[in-house]
Parts: sequence; structure tokens; C-alpha cells
Amino acid sequence: MLQAWVIVLASLAYLGILFAIAWYADRRADTGRSLIANPVVYALSLGVYCTTWTYYGSVGRAAANGIGFLPIYLGPTLLFALAGFILHKMIRVAKANRITSIADFVASRYGKSQLLGGLVTVIAVVGVIPYIALQLKAVSNSFAILTSYPQIIMPATAGAVPILQDSALYVAMILAVFTILFGTRHLDATERHEGMVAAIAVESVVKLIAFLAVGVFVVWGMHDGIGDIFARAAAAPEVARRLATADSPAAYGTWGTLVFLSLFAALLLPRQFQIAVVENVDVSHLRRAVWMFPLYLFLINLFVLPVALAGLLHFPAGTVDADTFVLTLPMAHQHEALALFVYIGGLSAATGMVIVETIALSTMVCNDLVMPLLLRLPMLGLAARADLSGLLLEIRRWAIAIILGLGYLYFRVAGEAYALVSIGLISFAAVAQFAPVVIGGLFWKGGTRDGALAGLAGGFALWTYTLLLPSFAKSGWLPDGFIAHGLFGIELLRPQHLFGLSGLDEITHCLVWSLLVNLGAYIGVSLQRVPNVREARQATLFVGGAEAAASPNWRGSAGVTDLLPLAGRFLGRERAEEAFSRHAQQRGLRSIQELPADARLVSFAETLLAGAIGSASARAMVASVVTEEPLGLDEVMNILDEASQVRAYTRELEQKSLELTRATTDLREANARLRELDRMKDDFISSVTHELRTPLTSIRAFSEMLHEDPRIDLPQRTRFLGIIVSEAVRLSRLINQILDLAKLESGRAEWTVAAVDVGEVIREAVESLTVLFAEKRVALELDVMEQGLTVVADRDRLMQVMVNLLSNALKFVPTDSGRVKVGAGATANEVRVSVTDNGPGIQAEDQEVIFDKFRQGSATTDVLTDKPQGTGLGLPISRQIIEYFNGRLWVESTPGAGARFVFTLPRQAGDNEPVPQGDARLQGAGLGEGAHNKLSRGVA
Amino acid sequence: MSQRILIVDDEPNIVVSLEYLMKKEGFEIAVATDGESALRLAAEFLPDLVLLDVMMPKKSGFEVCEAIRADPKLGAVKIIMLTAKGRETEFAKGMALGADAYITKPFSTKDLVRQIKSLLA
Repeated sequence: MLQAWVIVLASLAYLGILFAIAWYADRRADTGRSLIANPVVYALSLGVYCTTWTYYGSVGRAAANGIGFLPIYLGPTLLFALAGFILHKMIRVAKANRITSIADFVASRYGKSQLLGGLVTVIAVVGVIPYIALQLKAVSNSFAILTSYPQIIMPATAGAVPILQDSALYVAMILAVFTILFGTRHLDATERHEGMVAAIAVESVVKLIAFLAVGVFVVWGMHDGIGDIFARAAAAPEVARRLATADSPAAYGTWGTLVFLSLFAALLLPRQFQIAVVENVDVSHLRRAVWMFPLYLFLINLFVLPVALAGLLHFPAGTVDADTFVLTLPMAHQHEALALFVYIGGLSAATGMVIVETIALSTMVCNDLVMPLLLRLPMLGLAARADLSGLLLEIRRWAIAIILGLGYLYFRVAGEAYALVSIGLISFAAVAQFAPVVIGGLFWKGGTRDGALAGLAGGFALWTYTLLLPSFAKSGWLPDGFIAHGLFGIELLRPQHLFGLSGLDEITHCLVWSLLVNLGAYIGVSLQRVPNVREARQATLFVGGAEAAASPNWRGSAGVTDLLPLAGRFLGRERAEEAFSRHAQQRGLRSIQELPADARLVSFAETLLAGAIGSASARAMVASVVTEEPLGLDEVMNILDEASQVRAYTRELEQKSLELTRATTDLREANARLRELDRMKDDFISSVTHELRTPLTSIRAFSEMLHEDPRIDLPQRTRFLGIIVSEAVRLSRLINQILDLAKLESGRAEWTVAAVDVGEVIREAVESLTVLFAEKRVALELDVMEQGLTVVADRDRLMQVMVNLLSNALKFVPTDSGRVKVGAGATANEVRVSVTDNGPGIQAEDQEVIFDKFRQGSATTDVLTDKPQGTGLGLPISRQIIEYFNGRLWVESTPGAGARFVFTLPRQAGDNEPVPQGDARLQGAGLGEGAHNKLSRGVA
Repeated sequence: MSQRILIVDDEPNIVVSLEYLMKKEGFEIAVATDGESALRLAAEFLPDLVLLDVMMPKKSGFEVCEAIRADPKLGAVKIIMLTAKGRETEFAKGMALGADAYITKPFSTKDLVRQIKSLLA
């Protein structure tokens, strides 16, 4: 009679023994006589790969489809037998860099990126939780079955049992306590747990013996040897069918997928990484493990098929879950002790897995997820806290409890919908996402942080969508519509037939898509840019192997006084001091105080810390106390040696050269502009000189003549002196205007800006010129609006423009018959002034030229006196003035029919005087009706 | 018979001064105020010497000089370029086109007269 308390007691006793073994191994390790420094222990501890999934699940799978259970073990066998060099390299790199977990490994490889470490951790936790749930399910089921002995009753479904009566809950709690005891008693720089490894090795032995015992019992106790079982199976067609190997192309595909998947799982599952890489004492142990571990796998699978066949033969179809044959066959034959032993074996398989997995995950959660966040929150003041080792342990304990809690939750939610094997495969597919970044990172220097992030995120997203969410849906926790019809009803988005891919089982389907995206994004994004200095350095360390790792990568220094307290905060003072004095001894120094403040010491401290808090966090912490020295020439050369670096620099140089070319072009253009300006200045000076020489010539000639010939008669003398005076006036006016124009053009002119009534300005200008008009007997007509002509301008300057336009008109109209008309009007926005004459007019081609400097309009007559008088600067100056006030000045003329100069200025904003509609008030019409029309058109 | 001088300039006051100066020296004078009339007058008046301004309307002094030199009937005429443009290149251009002298404004009346007399001697 197996009562519940007997089973519970046996379970606790077994766990107690394991704990004692672990405690003893830790003691031995502390005294320097390690129990686990032994290749056999290493190989056995690798047996943690075989969980309850193997222990119970293999038989279940074999009962369903014959040797279909095998690929899960062929993968690791192939890995150890054929790809041992990958493991070898991983171990060497991990040891050289004090890697503490797979997250740490990936983060460290891609430039010690905390973000990447965090992402790996999240994927690992989410991915592995179903796997932990599977262990809980197996233990609680086996417990339930065993308690009903001697009857064989299948346990109720997970969700059906009230939570407090659910044995899985207690299993989870007990395992959490044990894991915390095993894994978080103290912190170690290497994150190695000797006691745990010893216990795991023992567990491997226990579960192997238990399984072999069942096998022997079934084959030779229940039957007459293996031949007998197979013969009976062959006789029962229902059973014989299971003996066929893969019977369809899809089944072969599934085989391939499973081999592939399990190969990665044996390498990348957090617990496998922990045992195979982190807990490895000596790389040489791998040499023994490459054949011992496959042998272990062979032995534990030896009796799977016979047990499965015997179970199928013994129990009527469908009454007993094939996953439980290992336990139920001894029970059916009333072998109490064997049944209990089998149960202990299963417990062993479960506890081994759960302990190692959760310790590995808790390390990752603590080092790569929680600590980086906490250290970043300044309000917690953690960066300044003296002793953080207690906090670290606390975080890990909570992480363990939470992970097991989540495992239990998944078990309650999704556990019943899937067989053991299927749950495990979901986890395998999740960790397979690490393959590109880990293996790529070991052999390809071009991988970058961004590439790794993109690959992992993409692969993880697809895994979630094609595998995890459907598993929830099948358990009824999500509406399952999206499985059948696709997300948003889009057929192409059906999670298990993504983009129409069909004919594959769900695992293969997920793997194809997720790894395709993962690998594509990893390589594609990595190729977007050359690795930066930090990534390139880590790439050298990981791809180049141990030799490269030997060179310290700190350029700065910090003393023992900084580093020892820092290490003490995370490791505890005692352990930190021990480690430092060991380091001092290794360097042939008598005490810690003699340690020089050099890069080697900093590197030592960093690796020491990396063991406790992960490489990315360690780097950040050490960086806070290290003062980096400037790069020496040698180091610069070392860095430059990296091809990628050279490429980066070349690119930079090309960039620079391109910039130089651009600058040269700019300079050349600027130079051309300057030359043009210089030429214009020369022309200007030449013109100015010419204009100045002309009046001077007259002045000098007449002065000399008067001076040399006193006999010149009075009228002649008076006439000559008059010419001298007028030329002198012309000369000074010219000089004034040149200076004026120079000021206007250079922007140095002074303006007195105010509201100005243009009408007033016109009347004033006209008044000042009345005498000149009268002298030439030229009629001057005014048509100026009384109001609404206010503009914002400089009054004197406007006057200058008006006088200039009027003088020009006067100059060109004929004596006696000359007529000049001034008009001024306004539209809503502008004031418009025109000066119209009946002079010779201006040729079309000259109408712009006259606004150039020193370019006077040519007279159309040969009469000597018609030579234009003036400087040729009046119009350019006028235009400058008008344009300064945002107006325009232009001329309209038909040769022979006079000319009209027009300028406009914006009306003052506040000038609200009503402006009559239409152009009736737009005055200043030309002399002829045609000209008038022309003006009207110009305004309309 | 007194020698003939054609004055070509578009500046009225300069023309007045040159006219007075040349008449005083006993020359026979004709005046043109632009390039085209200068050429016409040169053909009609057949001067012994032309006082030629460069910057003029219609035809520049250089063009007039070139045209006179191209006319075989005017083969013996002397040309003095009289200009306010004092740059080296202008001087070289005038001489290259066949001017006998190049005088920049403002000029010394004495020098001008001496130059004319020496050319006509």
C-alpha cells in the first residue's frame, strides 16, 4: 500500500539526500578538493538534458509513432560527436570572458549590450516556461497515479482540480525552495555551482538506473526477452503499425526538424549552456563527454521501444496514457518498490531540470534584466550603495519563485491540451532562435548589435505568433478563430499556415519561418554598417579565440582602493578580498596593497564582477571608477589592423575627400564671383574716371586759355567763366552722386523712415523746379489725388527721386513745346506716381539700360545741344531708393511719342482713406490717348 | 591755305574750347558731335588732322579712326585720339588702329597745340 504520506516522505528524503550531496560538494570545493573536477561527472551532469520528457514522454511518443522519439536524442548525439569544436570554442570563449549565461554570452559578443542581454533573457524565460510546466505536469501526474495504487487511474485534467488540492502547485513550491537552497546560498565570481553539478550528476545516475530497472523488469520480468515483445507486437496489427519508420515525406521532414531542433537545444537551452559551458571545470573534460554523453542518451533510450510495446500490448487501447507506461506497468504487476523507484527517477529527472534551468534563468533575469534597470534608476541610489551582494541574491530568489510560478500558471492554462513531447518542442523552437546570433557570433566578425537585436526580435515574434499563441488558443485561453481564419480574417496570416505554407507540422512550420526571418534580419541588418570599435573588439575576442582574449581591453587604470570596494559591493567584502589576494599572489606580490593600478588589474576586476552581475553591467560599473588613458600609438595601430576598422576609416576619408571636392567647387565659384565683381568694380571706376575727366577737361582748357591770353574780350571771357562754373558744379554733383550711390549699394545709407504724403512731396518737388520749367517754357501739369497717398518712406529720398524724374523729363522735352505731366493715384495696396513727357522717347532696347550706371539715353537728334546733360547716375539712384521701400520704378515709352516713368510704393497699412473703385482715379495719364490706355492696362 | 582740323566730340563745352583754341592758331575748323557725322564731314571737309574723342554716340572714336584709315582718299590725314579713358589698353588700341597720337583728358592746351603743330609740320 503506497499512501500519499509515504510518497511525500520518500520525495522529501530524496531531495534531502541530493541537498546533502550538494552541500558536501560545496564544502569540498571550498577546501580546494573539487568533487566535480572529473570528466565523468561532467558527462553525467550533461544528462540534465534528459528530463521527465525523456523519462515518461519518450515512451509515450514511441507508443504513438514507433521510433519517432529518436530524433530528440540524435540531435545532441550529432552535436557532441561531430560538432564538438563548436562547444569547445564556446567554452574557451566563455571562460576567457567570464560568461555567466547564454544572455551574457550574446550581450558580451555584440559589444556588451545590455539591451541584447535583456532580450535574450526575455526570450529564454518566455520560451522555457512551457518546458518547466511540463516537469510540473509530469511530477504531479506521476504522484497522482501512484497515490491511487493499486488501481490505475488517470489523473484529472489540470484545470479541473481546485488550486489548493493541485499537487502540481505543491511540487512547484517545493522545487522553488530547493532551487533557492541550491543555487542562491552565496554569490560566486564565476557563477559556478559545484554542489549543484554534483547533485545533478547523481540525479542522472538515479534516473538512468530507474529507467533501466523498468526496462529490465518489462523485458525479462514480464516477457521472455526483447525478441518475445517484438514477436507479440508483430502479431498484433494495431501495435505493429507503430513499428514502421516514417511513412510519408512530411514525416521525414519532421524527423529532420527534430534532429535539427534538439541539436540546438542541447547547446542553447539555458540549463544546457549552464552545465556544458558555465559549469565546465576544464575544457579537456569535453573530450570524454563527446562519447560518454551520447552513450548515456543511448542507454536511457534502450528500453523505450520495448516498454512502449509492452504497454500497448498490456493495456486496452485508450485506457492508460502512454506517457505513464513507465510507471503504470510496474504498478499493474504490483511491484510497489519498483513503482516507487520509478517515481523517484521521474522526480529526479524533473528536479534536475527545474533546478538548473531556473538557476540559469534567475541569473539571467538578475544580471541582464533587473540589475541594469535598477542601476539606471538614480532614485534607488544603488550605484552608491555599499553592499549589493544581498540584493543580488534576493533578486535571484524572487526570480526563481516567479519563474516556477509562471511555469505552474502555464501548466494550469495550457498543460492539458498537449502531450509532454509537444510542450517541450515549443521550448526547443524558442531557444533555437539563439542559434544564428550565438553560432554566427562565434564564427563571423561582421555581426553587429543591431543585427542581433533584429534577428532575435523577428524570430521571437514569429515563434510567438505561430506556436505560442496557437498553444494558448488550443487550450481555450484565446479565441481560436485566428488559427482557422488568420489574424483579422486574412487567410495569409493563419498562424499555422503562414503565407499559405502548408504540408508541414506546426513545429517545422514555425521553425522555417522564424529562423528564416531571424537569420535574414541578423545578416541583413548587420551588413547595414561596419561593426563599431566595441563590437569589433568583442568580435575579435569571440571569433579569434583565446589568444586574442588574453590582451587586456582596458586602456585606463584604477587602483585597488577603487576596485576592491566596487567588487565588495557585489560579491561581499570577504569574497572580494579573497579574490584580490589570489590575484596578487598570481602576480607574485605579497599583499593586495602592492597591486599596481594598471589595465591588468582593471580587467581582473571586470571579469570578477562579470561573474556576479554579467559582463555588460560589469563593464558599466568598472567604467565608473576607471579613468581611461588616451590611446597610445601602438593601440591605435592594433585597432587599425582590423579590416573592418580600416574600411570604416576609408569610408570616412572618402567622405572627407568628397567634402573637400565640394568645398573646392564652392571656392572656385566664389572666386569666379569675386572676379566678376572685380571686373565690375574696374568698369565702374573706369566709368567714374571718364565722367570726372570730362568736366575737368573743360575746366582746365578754359582756365588755361583765360590764363594765357589776357586779351580775350569780355563777352568771351564771361562765357568761358560761365562754362567753368557750370562744369565745376557738374563735377561736384557727380562726386556727390557717386558717393550717394556707393552708400546705397553697400547698405550704409542712413534712412529717416516715416509716414510720407506722396502728394505733398510731388508738389514740393514741382515747386522747386518751376523756375527751370519756366526758363525752357515747358508746360507742367499736375493730376494728384488729394488724400490716400501715404506711404512709409524717407521723405528727402522721395524728393530726390521726384526731382530726378522731373529734371530728366525737362532735359528731354523740346523747348517751348515741351509738356510734362505728373500724376499720382492709389489702389488698395499701393501708391502709384507717373511722370510723362513728350520728348523723343526711349528705344525699347534702352528701356532697361538707362537704369544702369552711367548709361544715359541717347538722343535721337544730331543737334549739339541735345547731348544729354547729367551724370547718368540719377535713375540708378532713384531705382535703389524706390526698391528699398519695396516699390518698383520703370519706364514705358514709344520712341517718338514721349516717355512715362512710373513708380509704385506700398500704401501705409493704416492709411484707410477710401480709394475709389476702378482706375478712374489712377491719374497721370500719358499725353496721347494710346498711352493712357496702356497705363490703364498696366494697372488693371 | 590754312590747314584744316576736324573736331569730333560730343561734349559741347569741350567742343567750344577746342574750337576757340584751334581758330586762334589759324586753323580752319569743322565740328562733328557723333561718329557718323564725323565720317561724313571727314569725306566732305577733307581735314589735315582729326581731333577724335573716343566715347561718342552712334560710332565710337575707334570705329571712326579705323574707317578713316581704311579710306584711301584720307590717306594723309593725321589723327589725334583725345579721350577721358586713360587706361593702357585704350592707348594701345588707339595706336594700333592708326592714330598718330593719344592724348588723355584733361589735357594741357599748350601740349595739344604743340602736338598738332608738330604733326602738321
